[in-house]
Amino acid sequence: MRVSAPERTKVGHPLLVVAASWAVPGLGHLLLGRWRKGIVFLVALPLMFFFGLLLQGRLFPFDPSQPLVALGAVADISVGLIYFLAGPFGYGAGTVTAVTYEYGNTFLIVAGLLNLLVLLDAYDVALGRK
Amino acid sequence: MASHLPLLVLFSFFVSLVFAMLMRDEPREQLKFGLLLFAGFIVAAIALGWLTYFFPL
Repeated sequence: MRVSAPERTKVGHPLLVVAASWAVPGLGHLLLGRWRKGIVFLVALPLMFFFGLLLQGRLFPFDPSQPLVALGAVADISVGLIYFLAGPFGYGAGTVTAVTYEYGNTFLIVAGLLNLLVLLDAYDVALGRK
Repeated sequence: MASHLPLLVLFSFFVSLVFAMLMRDEPREQLKFGLLLFAGFIVAAIALGWLTYFFPL
């Protein structure tokens, strides 16, 4: 059934599902009962992010004075709470001289961007569009 | 793990997996679409790699 405006779902407001999906990749789908998809996202996206860190990519800080860095930060932050957990554990400083630095950045950024798509998908499911 | 090809394969795997799960609902369709995407990534990257071979630095 299609609905035109956000309505409450079994798990609450669709925006709550979006917030959960952002915080932990796949959590939105899990809350909506899409177990298979939720588990795949829950494993794949943090793993991709983790590979980005292993490859010595950098977690960009949000700095509006440097637009490209700020855009990178938006993509990185889109992966959810693990962005904020990685720093205190000493990951994500980035080693510019490392051969794999740009690969690492690509993994980190794309993991975040994919989570944005996952989040939008969860929103659609919550609205009953899918 | 600094070699280009394994990293390309790893990257393609993750992106294909997530796209297949997002864009198809049936497991069989997901597998088909995921494999197609994955093969597309690898073939396109190798083809483009060979194309650049003919251009001097």
